[in-house]
Amino acid sequence: MSITITENAADRVKTFLDNRGSGVGLRVGVKTTGCSGMAYIIEFADNIDKDDTVFEEKGVKIIVDPKCLLYLDGTELDFTKEGLNEGFKFTNPNEKARCGCGESFSV
Amino acid sequence: MALLQISEPGKSQDPHQKKYYVGIDLGTTNSLVALISNGFPRVLKNKEGSELFPSIVSYKKDSVIVGEYFNDSASITFSSIKRMIGKNIKDLNSSDFYSPCEFIGDDSIVKFKVFKNLLTPIEISSEILKHLKNITEQTLMGDIEGCVITVPAYFDDAQRQATKDAASLSGLKVLRLLNEPTAAAIAYGLASKKISKIMVYDLGGGTFDISILDLNDGVFKVLSTGGDSSLGGDDFDYLIVDYIQSKLDIELDSEKKYILYLYAKKIKVALSETEIVDIELEKIGLENTKLTFSRDDFNLLINDLVQKTLKISSEVLLDANLSVNDINEIILVGGSTRTPFIKYSVKNFFNKEPLSDINPDNVVAIGASIQADILSGSSKEELLLLDVIPLSLGVETMGELVEVIIPRNSTIPTSSSKEYTTFKDGQTAMSIHVIQGERDLVSDCRSLAKFIIKDIPPMLAGAARIKLEFQIDADGILSVSATETTTNKVTSIEVKPSYGINDSQIEKMLKDSFDNAHTDIKSRHLNEAIVEGKRVILSINSALKIDGSDLLNEKELKYIYKARDELEEMLNSGEKESIIDAVKNLEKVSETYVSRRMNSNIQKIMKGTDIKEFN
Repeated sequence: MSITITENAADRVKTFLDNRGSGVGLRVGVKTTGCSGMAYIIEFADNIDKDDTVFEEKGVKIIVDPKCLLYLDGTELDFTKEGLNEGFKFTNPNEKARCGCGESFSV
Repeated sequence: MALLQISEPGKSQDPHQKKYYVGIDLGTTNSLVALISNGFPRVLKNKEGSELFPSIVSYKKDSVIVGEYFNDSASITFSSIKRMIGKNIKDLNSSDFYSPCEFIGDDSIVKFKVFKNLLTPIEISSEILKHLKNITEQTLMGDIEGCVITVPAYFDDAQRQATKDAASLSGLKVLRLLNEPTAAAIAYGLASKKISKIMVYDLGGGTFDISILDLNDGVFKVLSTGGDSSLGGDDFDYLIVDYIQSKLDIELDSEKKYILYLYAKKIKVALSETEIVDIELEKIGLENTKLTFSRDDFNLLINDLVQKTLKISSEVLLDANLSVNDINEIILVGGSTRTPFIKYSVKNFFNKEPLSDINPDNVVAIGASIQADILSGSSKEELLLLDVIPLSLGVETMGELVEVIIPRNSTIPTSSSKEYTTFKDGQTAMSIHVIQGERDLVSDCRSLAKFIIKDIPPMLAGAARIKLEFQIDADGILSVSATETTTNKVTSIEVKPSYGINDSQIEKMLKDSFDNAHTDIKSRHLNEAIVEGKRVILSINSALKIDGSDLLNEKELKYIYKARDELEEMLNSGEKESIIDAVKNLEKVSETYVSRRMNSNIQKIMKGTDIKEFN
């Protein structure tokens, strides 16, 4: 089981965490919502729970709870630019379908 | 797929509900949009990669284009429309605003004849905001849920209201208007300081503004402002053009002059980085002439203008009764403050290193975005209190006296309530008069609004309960609601307390209240005595009507009538002591009557009742 992060995304996360001044890492997860079933969560993490799995890669702690990990196994997190916008992108091999706008997905 | 931003723990937004809160710096020359993204301020860029969106609106026969200047007969182009927002035709005639078309208007508003339409500065400004809104929503692929728009500290209420109107016309929801210098201070994180005096030196392309802020426990107060609405970096460019022309000793046609002007801007920017530049005169068709321009040459050119800004700065300090040493922080705002000579001069003048780490073009928009983030509730930080009310708000009570409900210098938003009752038996209506000011008498204060509460159930004087609630929102809008507690019927009204009042009037009102403190106390006491006298007369009259002739003989009655008439006469005497004496006298001569009434009432109650029930 693993979650990976690109160099670019890791740099961004480190910068954002530095700017924020606090936080132990990045929490990723999924929640049941949206038109296609699930949506990704990406948040600053202020603490690590005892059930959490932590992947430390390229100097960034990626924190995920065991249930979400089932949906996220093999995911790569990237930071990209699209047009004028920029942000984080999940490439998840478990994804089967996605809603038109790409904001939610199903497995 | 959609790109995601990192949220604060537990604040992840659901898909399809991407809502953004942005800060907008609606500038005279350029406007900017910023938002907090990944916990960090981000200034939006346009397609060309620039963060500055020119505040230019061009009307063509059947379209509107924002951000581009058209100098042809088929377009009417407005630049610097901010100078006209919330102003009237007199202001237009006396200002340096250049109108590209005919205009009409009256004391309240100007209207420009744009082809077949008559447009107000509000409508023209709303086009800029609409443009910013569209670009932002396209870039973020989500909706702007709310925004904070910055305005100059010296904007009066009409200008602020007009800015808000422009925003609502463009479909933006304004969470709050924020003073530009305050936004700059927030961007530098100064809001977390307990007490500080902050000077904001804002030199933009066409305007110079200087403000002194007093920060006290999260509340920013503008102590004084000053500036020059036609002094800015553009003047530096003209000076460079003049300099080159004088060195070459030639006359240039307007086209070449314009090319040189655009080039001068580049030279100016380059000189912030290097000491000397070679001027490429091929641009204006002079192949073989060589000319260099150094930072020292430039500093010499702009010295007079820089000294002018410092002179204005000392005037503003004087206005606020402060000296250079009282200032804790200086913030540099506006692209022109990148000029090393300005940084150096400001530092020398204040004897302190000014804050200039944040891009001076962006700092106001960034501050606005931080405030928008706080107001949206997504930030970790507490809600900042940013404003205080300058004058007390209250209601008129009997005797034309003012009772303060929200005292001046209260931080807003705030609310406060008080209970009032009826003055007369069977009173079914009550007039609520909302007053602003520091004086004790209604006639010396400003009347804000009047409304009437009807349908109070008839009761004895003093039995009804009317709860009056004053509420001021973050923009200083006051809503007053009156609830009659037995029926829970609510009557309410909304007013804008500061409408049509400026700082100097506020100051005068405050000064008057201090100067007249003694007179005010005297008149208050007199009026209170009169009210008390009237109340006593009313109650004795209503009592006499019921059982006066039953309980009193003619002689006794005559005494009471005499004392009552004496009091009535005294009410107009203007002598507090005499009224109080007359009240006392009436109470004294009525003593036997009052005790007889008491006895007779008790007897009435006790009649036919078993003595045991009273044990």
